[in-house]
Amino acid sequence: MPQPIFPHLVFDVAHLLAGAMVLISLMMLYQGRLNALIKVFALQAVALAASVAWQAQAQHAPHLYVTAVIAIAFKGVVIPVALHRMVARLGIHRQVETALATGPTMLAGIGLVALALVVMLPVTATSDPLAREDLAFALSVVLLGLLMMVTRRNAVSQIIGFMSLENGLILAAAGARGMPLVVEISVAFSVLIAFIVIGVFLFRIRERFDTVDVDALDRFRGGRA
Amino acid sequence: MGDSATTAMAIGDGNALTVALIVILAFAATSVLALALGRRPAGRPLVYGASAAIAAAGFACGLAALFDAPAARVLPLGLPLIGAHVRLDTLSAFFILVVNLGGVAASLYAIGYGRHEHSPERVQPFFPAFLGAMNLVLVAGDAYTFLFGWELMSLASWAMVVAHDKAADNLRAGFIYIVMATFGTLMLMLAFALLAGSSGAYAFADMAGRPHGALVPAVVLALALVGAGSKAGLVPLHVWLPLAHPAAPSHVSALMSGVMTKVAVYGFIRIVFDLAGPPAWWWGIPVLAAGGITATLGVLQAMLQADIKRVLAFSTIENIGIIFVGLGLALAFKGNGLEAAGALALTAGLFHALNHALFKSLLFFGAGAVLDATGTGDLEKLGGLIHRMPTTSVVMLVGAAAISALPPLNGFASEWLTFQAILLSPELAPWGLKLLVPAVGALLALAAALAAACFVRLYGIGFLGRARSDAAAGAHEVDRWSRGAMIGLATLCVLAGILPGPVIDTLQPVVAPLIGARMPMQSDVAWLSIIPVGESRSSYNGLLVFIFIVISAGLAALLIHRFASRALRRAPAWDCGFPSSDPATQYTASSFAQPIRRVFATGLFRAREQVTLPPPGDLSPARIRLTEDDPAWRLIYTPIGQAVGTLSERANALHHLTIRQYLGIVFAALILLLLVLAIWP
Repeated sequence: MPQPIFPHLVFDVAHLLAGAMVLISLMMLYQGRLNALIKVFALQAVALAASVAWQAQAQHAPHLYVTAVIAIAFKGVVIPVALHRMVARLGIHRQVETALATGPTMLAGIGLVALALVVMLPVTATSDPLAREDLAFALSVVLLGLLMMVTRRNAVSQIIGFMSLENGLILAAAGARGMPLVVEISVAFSVLIAFIVIGVFLFRIRERFDTVDVDALDRFRGGRA
Repeated sequence: MGDSATTAMAIGDGNALTVALIVILAFAATSVLALALGRRPAGRPLVYGASAAIAAAGFACGLAALFDAPAARVLPLGLPLIGAHVRLDTLSAFFILVVNLGGVAASLYAIGYGRHEHSPERVQPFFPAFLGAMNLVLVAGDAYTFLFGWELMSLASWAMVVAHDKAADNLRAGFIYIVMATFGTLMLMLAFALLAGSSGAYAFADMAGRPHGALVPAVVLALALVGAGSKAGLVPLHVWLPLAHPAAPSHVSALMSGVMTKVAVYGFIRIVFDLAGPPAWWWGIPVLAAGGITATLGVLQAMLQADIKRVLAFSTIENIGIIFVGLGLALAFKGNGLEAAGALALTAGLFHALNHALFKSLLFFGAGAVLDATGTGDLEKLGGLIHRMPTTSVVMLVGAAAISALPPLNGFASEWLTFQAILLSPELAPWGLKLLVPAVGALLALAAALAAACFVRLYGIGFLGRARSDAAAGAHEVDRWSRGAMIGLATLCVLAGILPGPVIDTLQPVVAPLIGARMPMQSDVAWLSIIPVGESRSSYNGLLVFIFIVISAGLAALLIHRFASRALRRAPAWDCGFPSSDPATQYTASSFAQPIRRVFATGLFRAREQVTLPPPGDLSPARIRLTEDDPAWRLIYTPIGQAVGTLSERANALHHLTIRQYLGIVFAALILLLLVLAIWP
């Protein structure tokens, strides 16, 4: 086997793509408008697909290409399009909402990324550096997705937070060798089904309360928000 | 019973363990059978008859194993990779004997008594399960099996406590019982976890073999005292006992009071004497203090109760105190290198455990008979039962004399042994123990005197005099089965009292491995005397006392009948004692208790008397109202209850958060854990 031109190329590209996912997660945090948010989410799906595909190439694991295709097909195209149509039908595409101001949210996001790195790097010190960095980034994406779910009021943005969290899981799974295809496909489908269920619920909520702001639900429950 | 005893003897050689396991299985099967039979009238003789037969087999197995080498086995049950260890050594064998003796008696009694049960399907399935669970605790050879049996025992008895859920306060009693039982199990679980260590040596054999260091055994002692003590009824963990024991049907009360508390004593002995390693010099101190306080406070409260079953329940607390004093002395002596004295003290404790099982079961059976015959357990409404229920009255007299520690009965023998051990306390080196043990002895003497007063009250008010209500006047004797069970237990009380020597000798195989010494052989002593320490110090001959009492009482009766009653006498119309023929003029239970109540209970129990006199001209009766409260409730449980209430009130807000707040809590918990992981080295 000839000596590669860039000996660290495999690692560097993987690093770049995973880092891009974290960056896109951070971008999502400050998107005020839903349409922009959905577009950024689609962008993250593209980054995920690229990252998984690179892993497939690096690990010589052809089944990961399938995962990449699933990611780009569903999360890059089908779900964003569906979400756009949903937002249009609900007529909330002009709404701007955040529960927490952008500045503090971004600071919290940066803190979470730092925390993920601090936790992950010592724990996985003995494993392959490629998987190591991937895991640290994946955990950051998961935490940022959770942060998004906590800070947003609108049900649509909570769905996006959930899906972004799931992107992080796929990234982690792709980095770890030997993840069977069946698991990936089933995860992908479960996310799709969750999307459909939540979508149906959204319209039901909207029919009943005339808004998709989840605080309306709490008012209805007599919650002490 | 004799036949099965000989067969079990013939099997011998460790096969007693197999018999014990079959006994447990058979109890489980009987429980299922009882479930299938439901309300059918055939269920009662079948279920209780089968329980009696199985318990008899268990008794024989315990007796056989008492003289056998320890046997152990691992069953492929329970937790994966650990299995269920069972074992049968002499300590288990002794308690199996006690449990199944009580089981036989209670089952026989229930064949007759259960006839009056109005919903038998609520009691019958749990009765054999309860007996089986207690046997399982005793043969358990690892922590998991032990705790499983322990919880099963608690739950089965709880189910019978709340069997009559319509009766006032039964559900509250059941609730307090289950809370305390769960708390006790938690303490035992912690004790076992500490003993097992990080390597997970959950089998008792591994625990006993491990070195434990200095701190662990001390913590284990405290946990065992709280965990087993809450089941046994040590003050201040006793609060559930006087509520739960009387709430159950009487044969179950007898089992809970007479037998289940002994299983708790077994748990304490197993953990502290066997598993925790050699005792330090001070281990006796907390046990002695708890025992002495329990004995005194228990009997004081027994004195204040009006309900016959509550009197008995509080008296159980007193007797548990006496047993724990024996155990505490054994720990103190063993921890200070006085093994022979330790053997005496442990023998006294175990002997008293056996005795208490006998006479407390007997007394609860008698109380059940009274309840059945009159429909009330209130002493103020009883009286004159000796004329209507002669057999019950005689056996109750035996039981009351035995529990009051009157010679020549068994209660005297074991309490006498306890006092003999207390008298050896000057040989202890540490000054703390030198001072504490006589103080505990004084408490014990006070408790013994008060117990006698308490049972004079119970018997005198309940059975003597004239009937205070129509129900008591119309009482009838109970059925043959119940009488048979009571007569059997009364006979055993007398036998163990006049022949304490063989019992003491039988206990030595139990004591020897735990203490490392044994008492001198008593069957070699002439004339059936017992000499616990040395002839110059003390000896006791139950038979001699018995013969003396029989002869002197017979002579006195003869003389009175010969010379006193024959003469015709004319009585004045206005007799000083009884001017009126109304039974309400008699001495009552509360008037009997009043002096003791005023002297001892005014400060500690806040006993108050409030007399309401009607205004002049009003014909309504004057009323006296007695109130008291238990300091354990006042100082410990009520504040804890309030704190729990306040906390739950606060936590209730968690039920009304928004979706985002719930998500936020999950998120915060995750972040917190990750932070811990990051900071942890």
